[in-house]
Amino acid sequence: MALEDYGASFVMCPSCSRRTTQANWRANWQVCPTCGAHQALSAPERLLSVLDAGSFVELGEHIDGRDPLGFPGYPQKLEDLRKKTGLEEAVITGVGAIDGVRVVIGVMDSRFMMASMGMAVGERLAVAVEYAKNGGLPLILFCASGGARMQEGIISLMQMAKTSAAIADFSAAGGLYISVLTHPTTGGVMASFASQGDITLAEPGALLGFAGPRVIEQTIGQRLPEGFQRSEFQQEHGFVDQIVPRGSMRETLAKLLRLHGYGVMRG
Amino acid sequence: MIREILSQLDEIEAMLGVTKGAERQSLLEQREALLARCEKLTAEQKVFLARHPRRPRIDAYIHELFTDFFEQKGDRANREDPSILGGIALFHGEPVTVIGHRKGTDLNENVAYNFGMPGAEGYRKVQRLMRQAEKFRRPVITFIDTPGAYPGMEAEERGVGEAIAQCLSLMSRLSVPTIAVVTGEGGSGGALALGVADRVLMLENAYYAVLTPEGFASILWKDAGRRGEACEVMKLTAQDLHGYGVIDEIISEPVGGAQRKPQAVFETLDEALSRYLDELRGMDAGALIAARYDKFRHMGQ
Ligand SMILES: [Zn+2]
Repeated sequence: MALEDYGASFVMCPSCSRRTTQANWRANWQVCPTCGAHQALSAPERLLSVLDAGSFVELGEHIDGRDPLGFPGYPQKLEDLRKKTGLEEAVITGVGAIDGVRVVIGVMDSRFMMASMGMAVGERLAVAVEYAKNGGLPLILFCASGGARMQEGIISLMQMAKTSAAIADFSAAGGLYISVLTHPTTGGVMASFASQGDITLAEPGALLGFAGPRVIEQTIGQRLPEGFQRSEFQQEHGFVDQIVPRGSMRETLAKLLRLHGYGVMRG
Repeated sequence: MIREILSQLDEIEAMLGVTKGAERQSLLEQREALLARCEKLTAEQKVFLARHPRRPRIDAYIHELFTDFFEQKGDRANREDPSILGGIALFHGEPVTVIGHRKGTDLNENVAYNFGMPGAEGYRKVQRLMRQAEKFRRPVITFIDTPGAYPGMEAEERGVGEAIAQCLSLMSRLSVPTIAVVTGEGGSGGALALGVADRVLMLENAYYAVLTPEGFASILWKDAGRRGEACEVMKLTAQDLHGYGVIDEIISEPVGGAQRKPQAVFETLDEALSRYLDELRGMDAGALIAARYDKFRHMGQ
């Protein structure tokens, strides 16, 4: 049988154009086995990739946003995306375990309106952060976002203040917050909780910045150099502790938890 | 349209100084008619006023509302960013820290101050000044007037996003009273970085929004030309924001905008700042921080 006859069971890597089996691609958490390019990972897959099997319990799944501007077509767009993605909103938050250590975890999913931050995202995150503070649990957020949710106007801007206040309060109480930056993290999310971690990790090759590359290019009237605002660039400029490939993420998080006295040492 | 009304008003007012008798009476009537057309402005007209080149800038507010201003420059790491003006001053005889976006009052100044669009260094200067205010127990008063942080290469290289994020974090837990005043443009995270305050006041014709109307239109409709429509749909006026509970008080402006009679705005603002400072000075640090947390935690709900 010719390779083509396998059809959909093969995936072509958008970066190197090499093909690999669907099963292989999934087992590798959407990282190309040939070139190592990290492709988008859904929030549920992300949770599976870092948490102990069966340990996740969702928090705040009932929290929805509103349509504060009465923006034309917005409620319908949310409804369509819910059907299409199976997600209620652009972030999933909950409690899970890594190597037996309980953590509060939040994962953004870029399939849902570029994981932009509106009321629902801000509120779910704030509730998760407060839960971590009250329970004395460490906090891990996998960030990805196009920024503020334009359709919610000023209320989406205020989510930056809300999440920042929650994290500052958690931090003042001595909580550990690990921020993991994934492709792409930009705008109001970069300028709030994504940049407030005690430890900042990034996936390889992710676009990380405040202003989007197109806006910068339009403003300065020139093309940006190759690699501008990528994870490696951010690490070089001092904004990322370590770049961690997806395959090593779980063990890296486990190590950081141990180093902060969670788990074995703290019992 | 507002542009034409304002320039006609300018002409009439220039002529009033040199006109007498019946002609003067007619000019006065024309002026009244023009002012009447400024009573009810659309959101787009308010945005025009918020950006008016003669609108009072931070320099004027500092000059009129404070004494003994001592400017503090630099972020102590990279450079001085003149898009942010800050320092120590006396407000009714009491020391305060004053910080705000600086746009400048003419084209030369606009260019020198990058049209009030700070880079990372500006926001790190903000943090430095706020920490000092806390150390010396000075209340912090901020003036917000920016289309947003500058979207340039250097700003990204120096982590403008991180710098704004740290401002939000710091302001949310500052142990001294804080009051923010949106005087002109309140554009995006670059504005909010100075806005996580105990009280947020806003001039009647200022705007405060998730993005400039042009940016909003180009992101959502791929057409920056639909600015007018964006202004309406964004709910960015002081009246809208007061309704959402995002701001605490609207500072009224003279009909036709603050640039027509700035003194009236200074007086209204002076009274409001005194009133809120008196109120906030009576609270201890823990109560201030807890109340501020509550305010932003539940904003817009
Ligand atoms: Zn590949």
